[in-house]
Amino acid sequence: MNKDKLLIIFAGMIVGVLAVVLVQMGNPANMGFCIACFIRDISGAMGLHQAAVVQYMRPEIIGLILGAFIAAISWKEFRSSGGSSPSTRFVLGAIMMIGALVFLGCPLRMMLRLAGGDLNALVGIPGYVVGIWVGIYFLKNEFSLGRSQNQSTANGVFPVFVAIFWLILLLSAPTFIYFSQEGPGSEYALWGISLAAGLITGLLAQRSRLCTMGGIRDLILFRDTHLFMGLVALIVVAFVGKLATGMFNPGFLEQPVAHNDAIWNFMGLAVVGFAAVLAGGCPMRQLVLAGEGNSDGLITVLGMVAGAALSHNFALAGSPAGVGLNAQIAVGVCVIVLLLIGIGNSKLSGLVGSRSDRNPSINS
Amino acid sequence: MENTIDVRGLSCPEPVIEVKKALSGRSSGQLTVLVSSAVARDNVKRAANGMGWKVEASVEGEDFKLTITK
Repeated sequence: MNKDKLLIIFAGMIVGVLAVVLVQMGNPANMGFCIACFIRDISGAMGLHQAAVVQYMRPEIIGLILGAFIAAISWKEFRSSGGSSPSTRFVLGAIMMIGALVFLGCPLRMMLRLAGGDLNALVGIPGYVVGIWVGIYFLKNEFSLGRSQNQSTANGVFPVFVAIFWLILLLSAPTFIYFSQEGPGSEYALWGISLAAGLITGLLAQRSRLCTMGGIRDLILFRDTHLFMGLVALIVVAFVGKLATGMFNPGFLEQPVAHNDAIWNFMGLAVVGFAAVLAGGCPMRQLVLAGEGNSDGLITVLGMVAGAALSHNFALAGSPAGVGLNAQIAVGVCVIVLLLIGIGNSKLSGLVGSRSDRNPSINS
Repeated sequence: MENTIDVRGLSCPEPVIEVKKALSGRSSGQLTVLVSSAVARDNVKRAANGMGWKVEASVEGEDFKLTITK
């Protein structure tokens, strides 16, 4: 087995372990790590939405950006780039968040929910796969958001300043920052532990290129199991960890921070998968890209922050009580927008030619 | 047939799709690929190796040049 393969499996295993440890240390059940939930909590902490039970400045997110940045600098892979359809990417980020909050979790939490015995994830996973499969259809039809360009170093390190700003808000806790007094937002590990877990995950994800969407996409598109191995390792280790700590509780009903509405669990993650293919990475991967100096990644993350605000302000998010009408309409709108983005940026629209025609060589 | 393709700045997995497309029409020869990130470099290398091609990677300024041969 070569070094890269060992690294991706190792990364998956460590993230699986950290997810179990974080729940043991106080994070919400089956939510050791959830990129969508945690960005949603940050959105709430900054007062962008008023859902009082999901407001906290999650250090895991801050750590992920900083960990990826440290890894990228250390291995000389940091590069300031961006400018590949930023406004479209912002919308894709928002859509990923809206879909994830209908399911109640990003794809990473989908895997952790499965590992914890939440069988609703078994409905969500096929949804995610179908969403990715639809996205691949557009990739095969020359879908592209265009080339990113070199940008100034100041622009490349911008995500780091965003992360540090969030860290300052967390530690100084000014009165205008909201912290949940009850609900999932009030359940968290000590900030230093959460930050360290985020740093380790960011570092490993940057080195190994771990991506919940990429693993499935490459398997379908190229029959390449490389990234997929990381996902398998993550689920297996989290499953064993949850068994060992008595947190494995199989069933569909009364699962922590979950509902059992199969159609909307499926559709929520289908939207996430589709959007993630068009954006070139799952929510976690976007944080890592941001840390590597890719401002398109940061724009997608900021789109997720905005999407969380939309979700909670307009009652688009699912809840343990189920998925309301607003959420169902929102999913429909997201599907239409994704199809328009997919068609408009591929040869299906007749507006653009092949990928190479649209992206002529830069210097030659 | 084009012997250099420039996939710099394209999001993953577009570089791999473009390189596979270029390689699928040839049984031997040489193809030069310009990529702008280590991720694309590694992904293209893995894909080309999987199709039985040899890949040499070198640094070109901030970019990477991959020489793919069979």
